[in-house]
Amino acid sequence: MNKATLPRRAEEHGVPDPFPHMHPTLKQNYGNWAWHDRPRPGVLHHVANGGDEIWTVRAGTQRQMGVHTIRKLCEIADEFADGHMRFTTRSNVEFMVTAADKTAPLIKRLNDEGFPVGGTGNSLSMISHTQGWLHCDIPGTDASGVVKALMDELHHEFTHEEMPNRVRMTTSCCQINCGGQGDIAINVQYTRPPKINHDLVANVCERPAVVARCPVAAIRPAMVNGKPSLEIDEKKCMCCGACYPPCPPMQINGPESTKLAVWVGGKHSNARSKPTFHKLVVAGLPNNPPRWPEVAEVVKSILYAYKEDARAWERMGEWIERIGWPRFFEMTGLAFTKHHIDNWHGGRSALNASAHIHF
Amino acid sequence: MSKQPHDTPLLDELEQGPWPSFVTGLKKLASDEGKPYANMMTDLLGQLEHSYETRTGYWKGGTVSVFGYGGGVIPRFSEVAEDYPESSEFHTLRIQPPAGMHYSTDLLRKMCDIWEEHGSGLIALHGQSGDIMFQGCTTENVQKSFDALNEIGLYMGGAGPALRTSMSCVGHARCEQSCYDDVRAHRMIVNGLIDEMHRPALPYKFKFKFSGCPNDCVNAIHRSDFAIIGTWRDDMQVDQEKVKEHVAKVGRKQMIDTVIAHCPTRALSLNDDDTLDVDNGSCVRCMHCINVMTKALSPGKDRGVTILMGGKRSLKIGDQMGTVVIPFMPLESDEDFETLNELAETVIDFFAENALEHERVGETITRIGLANFLSAIDVEVDPNMVNHPRTSSYIRTDDWDEEAQKWFERKGVAANE
Repeated sequence: MNKATLPRRAEEHGVPDPFPHMHPTLKQNYGNWAWHDRPRPGVLHHVANGGDEIWTVRAGTQRQMGVHTIRKLCEIADEFADGHMRFTTRSNVEFMVTAADKTAPLIKRLNDEGFPVGGTGNSLSMISHTQGWLHCDIPGTDASGVVKALMDELHHEFTHEEMPNRVRMTTSCCQINCGGQGDIAINVQYTRPPKINHDLVANVCERPAVVARCPVAAIRPAMVNGKPSLEIDEKKCMCCGACYPPCPPMQINGPESTKLAVWVGGKHSNARSKPTFHKLVVAGLPNNPPRWPEVAEVVKSILYAYKEDARAWERMGEWIERIGWPRFFEMTGLAFTKHHIDNWHGGRSALNASAHIHF
Repeated sequence: MSKQPHDTPLLDELEQGPWPSFVTGLKKLASDEGKPYANMMTDLLGQLEHSYETRTGYWKGGTVSVFGYGGGVIPRFSEVAEDYPESSEFHTLRIQPPAGMHYSTDLLRKMCDIWEEHGSGLIALHGQSGDIMFQGCTTENVQKSFDALNEIGLYMGGAGPALRTSMSCVGHARCEQSCYDDVRAHRMIVNGLIDEMHRPALPYKFKFKFSGCPNDCVNAIHRSDFAIIGTWRDDMQVDQEKVKEHVAKVGRKQMIDTVIAHCPTRALSLNDDDTLDVDNGSCVRCMHCINVMTKALSPGKDRGVTILMGGKRSLKIGDQMGTVVIPFMPLESDEDFETLNELAETVIDFFAENALEHERVGETITRIGLANFLSAIDVEVDPNMVNHPRTSSYIRTDDWDEEAQKWFERKGVAANE
């Protein structure tokens, strides 16, 4: 290959330096902020030690954005926010302005363009989510669609700070749970073992790796119809789908069998209680596009019970810790079943080893 | 000529309602007459509607990369390409954003121009690992897209068994609670280990995440193998006049209910004169009272980081939080940063050599035990690493005196004769 036909060799920039892109007031006061408050939902106000002030207006986006939407955000940033913006980990966009009276026209413009302003303080922020049918190779459901449907229903809770504390929701389109932990998490839960296409396994899958992947050792090599393949001990299989990514001929999904489950009480922050995992409260909800109404009903029943009953600053899990699980199931109208009792390694530590009983 | 749009009655329903609609955005791209991506997005919408109808996904992976790199491109080939040929290849490029996700409109517009020319026009800001996801590219255009993005200063992110793209919170840029320069730490560690991102040779993925304080806004403790959480070890700063103002404003009951009673270690008490009594020795730096009283309270001045390792989601042994490996490391001077960098390199080297295939470092720690892991990376044991000492008696203690001696030597006190 002569030199002219060699592909370009990349510049190893590494993580891009944010300072050329950072709002000048943030750059000037880097590491030198004094305090903040929240003048209204969707607006943060930070004051630097030297007296500089910055108002941040936070708005929700659809995350999956076309160039038209991004250019629209750029227009808004150029007109109102000195040509800068940043994004939060939950795909909210933030515009920084240097005077209080610059927030109202910016908020109006964002609302006029269809971007809800909110997601700060004790509100419901944008639902962190995954790729789903739009782009994932192993999805049980969609991601952007579930989030759009839910955020439509919960729009008021994004634009108002009426919750006891912040609410972080997540969705995940398979049990790997790329969406992460949440106060409320909506995750795919499979209900049947994989269906194996034995014609393809030998050519597509590295069989020992697939056998090793199974958490309950339910997969073993087998000859099927004269071809090397894999078989599953369906009594052992707990339908987690771990074998599906390394071996797509082990189809875990089915239009009816792939269900949704709702989990509650996950928390990343160290504030008050230590970080916690979310806990299963409902499974078996239908995967029902385009608006997943059954999921929305359950989510709303949980969210509004929390809103009604939790004390100021209690996160979802802390509220349940106080009132107890019996009252949680009573208040939300959900069923408590044998499936809620953890039987995975170390699961006994989730059992009540005391005479502490909620009545 | 643009392709005729497919009927999308199910997706159309997601154009209703107050939240911004990704479907409207996709349709706008599909109807961009004369743009190179219009037909691709028309068929993409067709395939997505087909997924909605049949409740099934239709993408499969493959192998696509750019020159000189092992990862960073997520290949997607359609399994229903006969019906939707224009989107038969719809790969994603994972590109690292500026640390803290700060953008100038100039940078965003250049990204849009490039993606309009070579890709689908669809960009996700951001993926769960913190990448800009340029979604929807033909195999042929992957190299061209990357070259153009690299020309404007952007760089490939991680995928597969490799160092992954990292995330840092807004930190020093706009938060008074930030206890270290997380932009500096983020860029130092990831750039120093960048070969591990692009020439994937690790047993499995490895993620660093950087949060400026224990509020952990980037979810580092659970979502990373190596979580660097800002903290402080001297006394919390209290402006007692501002405390009094707060009490006067909200009342004593609310002050007690929302601040004093929520302290997880009972380290707070409200004095009779409405000032705050802080037992700093009992405080665990949870951030709650500082979050409530942002004007009156702030972290102390002797700042640094707590480092936790081994967080991950369920595959394969079950969920794990990261656990404390370094209770406190100062992180202010150049030497402090160098110490952190060396620790990161040590842990990556250990992981590369000792983890089993497809094993995250949290699983390695579970398999070999924290004490062995600490010994391998040359870190001493510390009671801050446990909730409580062991409750099981199944342990050999025949070298107890030697181990105790190490503790007393570290503490600078003579061991009992």
